Amino acid sequence: MEYIELFFKSIFIDNMVFATFLGMCSYLAVSKKVSTAVGLGAAVIFVLAITVPLNWLLDQYILKPGALTWLGDDFASYDLSFLSFIMFIATIATMVQLVEIVVEKFSPSLYNSLGIFLPLIAVNCAILGGSLFMQSREIPTLGLATIYGVGSGIGWFLAILAIAAIREKIRYSNVPAPLRGLGITFIITGLMAIGFMSFGGMLTGGDDATEPKTELTEPTKELSEEDKEDLANHDEIAE
Amino acid sequence: MGLLSKKDSKLILDPLADNNPITIQVLGICSALAITAELKASIVMSISVLFVLGLGNVVISLIRNIIPSKIRIIVQLTVVAALVIIVDLVLKAFAYELSKTLSVFVGLIITNCIIMGRFEAFALGNGPWKSFLDGIGNSLGYGVILIIVGFFRELLGSGTLLGYKVLGDPIEKTGVYAIGYENNGFMLLSPMALIVVGIIIWVQRSRNSALIEDH
Repeated sequence: MEYIELFFKSIFIDNMVFATFLGMCSYLAVSKKVSTAVGLGAAVIFVLAITVPLNWLLDQYILKPGALTWLGDDFASYDLSFLSFIMFIATIATMVQLVEIVVEKFSPSLYNSLGIFLPLIAVNCAILGGSLFMQSREIPTLGLATIYGVGSGIGWFLAILAIAAIREKIRYSNVPAPLRGLGITFIITGLMAIGFMSFGGMLTGGDDATEPKTELTEPTKELSEEDKEDLANHDEIAE
Repeated sequence: MGLLSKKDSKLILDPLADNNPITIQVLGICSALAITAELKASIVMSISVLFVLGLGNVVISLIRNIIPSKIRIIVQLTVVAALVIIVDLVLKAFAYELSKTLSVFVGLIITNCIIMGRFEAFALGNGPWKSFLDGIGNSLGYGVILIIVGFFRELLGSGTLLGYKVLGDPIEKTGVYAIGYENNGFMLLSPMALIVVGIIIWVQRSRNSALIEDH
């Protein structure tokens, strides 16, 4: 059950773009066309799904305070967490390089469609951010870490897909000249972030202290059957 | 700028407005939005980026002729990661509360696109002194935007600046609160950061029509 909860939490409530602004640079740069946005989003999901569990293993068995006890009891007091940044980014850069080699060998068409994005993902803050948040939120098991990675990736993918679709349409609108391009994208993203805040009451329990207390009551089109059920249940409890 | 030549002072002044890393080059957005709910966090983040970008630019510029091209991203990442670890430890030692507010975003300076962007665009092709100035200029440009956003978000969101209540006391209803003014709590939430930056871009491009995009 907590798997499903974490999955939906990382897609909608802790959405990488709208709640924590990770990966904004490539989000803004690549979202001019839906086709490129889909390619980048897929790559991000892929890389997050691989690097978050790997970094979890790294954190669990090498970096955490007391993690080195498997080497011997006198290692129990070692705290290597100050090395997290370097180790995480090294894992990410290596994994991205490996993924690039594997994809090029086994699926050249996918490799061609991803193009320059795959190597650029290594420096995307969404990837490092995923691992760092996994570490700071102290996700307890490997399975949950994987779900967190996949969910965060899907959340990012949703965000960039939506903004690319909107940007494609907005080319035909009368945006004031100084706002064209970057400015209106920021404002639209802000409005979408407001929309995503409505998911804040989705999971009962509210263990996130920074969740806003007032819920926006507008229903959004992305609600699935399960979400509607959850919302309905929450309403019952609130009354 | 008496002691810097015209070209050198251009390196510092350009990123402040015309070539601003956030609003024009579209780099470094992530941290600009996430931590600007307090002015103090914005200032500390700007100083951290100043340190990392200034020193990083110099280091990369000094070793630029020895780095093999195939592994240059990894070398850059290592340099930045080392500098950021220093910043993180210093923050944890001297400003613990603030480091908790900044949480993972100190670590995310590593992937801050401004730093990698300036390494690639400038430090790899220029000498150490020029790279240092370029680093200073870009981090000042970044800092200007952060401070503006942080200023408005904190002032309108909690009525304080750097922790000092400047609009009066909301509980005892002194100052502006006496006439019914309420803090706009929404300013402290993430969407408003995006909208404030959008407005800054609007203002900037209205004043300088050369920056307007086609669509």
